[in-house]
Amino acid sequence: MGDLIGKSVKRVEDNRFIKGEGKYTDDFNMDNQTYAIYVRSPHAHANIKGVDTSKAEAMEGVVKVFTGKDIADAGIVGSICGWQVDFKNGDTMKEPGHPIMVADKVRHVGDAVALVIAEDRQTARDAAGLVEVNYEVLDAVVDPKKATQDGAPLVHDDVPNNTIFDWELGNKEETDAAFEKAHHVTELSYHNQKLIPNAIEPRAALGHYDSNEDKYTLYTTSQNPHMARLIIAAFVLSIPEHKLRVISPDVGGGFGSKIFVYNDECGVLWAAKQIGRPVKWTADRTEAFFTDCHGRDHVTDAKIALDKEGKIIGLRTKTYASLGAYLSNFSSCVPTYLHGTLMQGLYTTPAVHVDVTAVVTHTVAVDALRGAGRPEAAFAIERLVETAAREIGMDPAEFRLKNFIPPFDGVKQPGYQTQVALQYDSGNYEGALKKALKNANYEKLKKERDKARSDGKLMGIGFSTYVEACGIAPSAVVGSLGARVGLYDAASIRVHPTGKVSIYTGAHSHGQGHETTFSQIVADSFGIGMEDVHVVHGDTEIVPFGMGTYGSRSLAVCGSAIMKSVDKVKEKGARIAASQLECSPDDLEFANGSWTVKGTDKSVGFGDVALKAYVPHNPYPENEEPGLDFASFYDPANFVYPFGAHICVVEVDKDTGEVKVTRYITVDDAGNIINPMIVEGQVHGGVAHGIGQALYEGAVYDDSGQLLNGSMLDYCMPRADNFPMFETDTTVTPCPHNPLGVKGIGEAGTIGSTPAVVNAVIDALSDYGVKDLQMPLTPQRVWGAMQS
Amino acid sequence: MEVSMTVNGTTYTNDVEPRTLLVHYLRENLRLTGTHVGCDTSSCGACTIIVNGETVKSCTLLAVQCEGAEIKTIEGMATNGKLHPIQESFREKHGLQCGFCTPGMIMSSWQLLERNPNPSEDEIRHALEGNFCRCTGYHNIVNAVQDAANKA
Repeated sequence: MGDLIGKSVKRVEDNRFIKGEGKYTDDFNMDNQTYAIYVRSPHAHANIKGVDTSKAEAMEGVVKVFTGKDIADAGIVGSICGWQVDFKNGDTMKEPGHPIMVADKVRHVGDAVALVIAEDRQTARDAAGLVEVNYEVLDAVVDPKKATQDGAPLVHDDVPNNTIFDWELGNKEETDAAFEKAHHVTELSYHNQKLIPNAIEPRAALGHYDSNEDKYTLYTTSQNPHMARLIIAAFVLSIPEHKLRVISPDVGGGFGSKIFVYNDECGVLWAAKQIGRPVKWTADRTEAFFTDCHGRDHVTDAKIALDKEGKIIGLRTKTYASLGAYLSNFSSCVPTYLHGTLMQGLYTTPAVHVDVTAVVTHTVAVDALRGAGRPEAAFAIERLVETAAREIGMDPAEFRLKNFIPPFDGVKQPGYQTQVALQYDSGNYEGALKKALKNANYEKLKKERDKARSDGKLMGIGFSTYVEACGIAPSAVVGSLGARVGLYDAASIRVHPTGKVSIYTGAHSHGQGHETTFSQIVADSFGIGMEDVHVVHGDTEIVPFGMGTYGSRSLAVCGSAIMKSVDKVKEKGARIAASQLECSPDDLEFANGSWTVKGTDKSVGFGDVALKAYVPHNPYPENEEPGLDFASFYDPANFVYPFGAHICVVEVDKDTGEVKVTRYITVDDAGNIINPMIVEGQVHGGVAHGIGQALYEGAVYDDSGQLLNGSMLDYCMPRADNFPMFETDTTVTPCPHNPLGVKGIGEAGTIGSTPAVVNAVIDALSDYGVKDLQMPLTPQRVWGAMQS
Repeated sequence: MEVSMTVNGTTYTNDVEPRTLLVHYLRENLRLTGTHVGCDTSSCGACTIIVNGETVKSCTLLAVQCEGAEIKTIEGMATNGKLHPIQESFREKHGLQCGFCTPGMIMSSWQLLERNPNPSEDEIRHALEGNFCRCTGYHNIVNAVQDAANKA
């Protein structure tokens, strides 16, 4: 390896972005293009008694209006759920259909009813307003727990009690026994509120059909273009996979919301074929609020049991998890295998039981949002732990240190088998917390808090320590758990005759900086310059295959696929070099861009070998194929398990209840680090997202299913003046099972931060006897709690 | 209606519908797609540009209101191929990730530094509260603006 890995190399992708020359989906246009607007339901639950498109169709400039009936007539089923989670009793998961547009009934505000296509966007919008839909409005249910009660309005007639499945993990009997013998039990009940993702770029699609080649092209805002191609071709539109090209160009943030194959984009592509012209659709922000998959929405009762020494002896949670009105691609695995499996946290808790009831409600679909299940698990555990420590009069940091799993590196010590299925790969939880305590200067901080309180100020300190599972995931494991996909990734390396290198990755960058990080590892591996390497992603016609970017998996999974291809290039390169140096490949070592005969100064450079691979003679190894071009698939051996410790310091305004985060200290461990600058940036963004949940964000529905804060005026997005400078640091505990020793960092900040903030606010309010507060901790809620 | 304005030094005259927003005029008529649309409530700031020397969210103006205006968009920030110092600082300090909010952020940062060449951290944060970023937690954006201020 060279000297690029571990350096804060400036990002190579930035040039185009800072000049306004990034190319996002809505920046693309085609000749003869039309514009589409979806007509959406204003009601959460209603029968469609009739749809009259005549006025819209009569409008000048309108090309075509499609309705749910057209979709039904075409026999199109809509997008699918990619993970089957069955009932405890073995009954099959309920899977209500989700047509691209509905014909008979709407099930959430924003459900698509018609698609208007016109010569320009304004005409399409005007005409959409002329589509008359006769609704018979029905009662709705938005609360996940109430949705399961007898008599609750049904979202789908064939889903009794709105229950998609119930599920459990862990040992119920042992957990019951732990609570029976507990010296102390701490309980919390809360709503981990519904969040709206709000990537700043709204979703968009540009669909084209070429009748000469029977070929479809879809430009779309996707985190995983190959999965989009597979699902659209094989399941939604039933078109040959090789006749569909999906291009996901620059994407303006995803945070999970652009993992999924949405019906809207499928409808655009379908319509392009029907009218024989390209169709462009770009969601406006209001539409994004009503159609982008939301996150969280767990109603949870959580309990922790302690013995008299303050050791955790049991933990249990019961959660009602909303999946919204329809099942999105990964919605079923988020509250189960990405949530229940993390419920032991980083503690030695010997008995854990997780019970989840997944339900449909008359709200926008819920699926993965930055962290996806793991923030919900961390919130349950870390709120319980901190509250329990407080209740037994122990310092929350000391309580954690007492209960942590001892350090294990996964090499000399085995991985740690939890009570809830996972085997952690490596961890040093006390190392992270001790470093955070040192960086925060905790002893001094406590004195500051005492002084602030004696001065009449409400200062609070909150902790959160987390372990998460990312780098999803071993295909055999997820397959046994109900996944209908494998979760490997793929990467190709093409060494060109001049020694320049193209890397084709299944991972898709939408802010993560892959073009830089992947270039660093490949340039270092070959001993060439960053400028000699180019990363290509986001086009199914060019990149062989891939499973995309989500779950903090790009480096751990796709990076490992890249390293497999690197090794193949080096192996073949060594054989070519050996023929030039008249030795055996075993006599060679590769360093600094050259193969050298061990113990001599005889060597041949990477560029010379590349050229030889394409000019294969004089000399060239016998029976060796020309070329230097390898594809690899990497299926991980295990998840990777990043962890960390966060400390939040807040001040609460006594008069208004407003919370100000005054310090935020992180120590995250993502294994080996390729680019510290990018890692820090990921932590910053993740922490801000998690603080956003704690203090500002949350979908507000009324009982009729109306989303009351469905715009950026009404939904509180975190702003620049909401945060202090974050104090980030890392520890390094390498992953023992992948070639780079890397874990993942994209979601860590979000997973760690939310409970730390709530814990800090509760600490600040300790003199008021406030033990719990529901998120978001708005001034109104905080002030109200102080008054009661 | 016919409207004429100078954008990044070039004068354009187009026939537009009176209700055309300036941001749509820039993106669709002039194909200057560096100015982005992130919301429909003038909240996110992704469409921030400079009109007659002052930053404006270009979704809050109609194109026809800009008759005769001097406009600068992100595409006009570099001069003769040389990046503006604020652009440099965003790159140097990792002040961007997905890049979607970046043009608007750079414009709002420009406005701040025009008015206040040596802003404090609080002043930077206050000046950027009308620009949303979901990626960076604003941390490195603040660093970038401070870096740009230090260069001047």
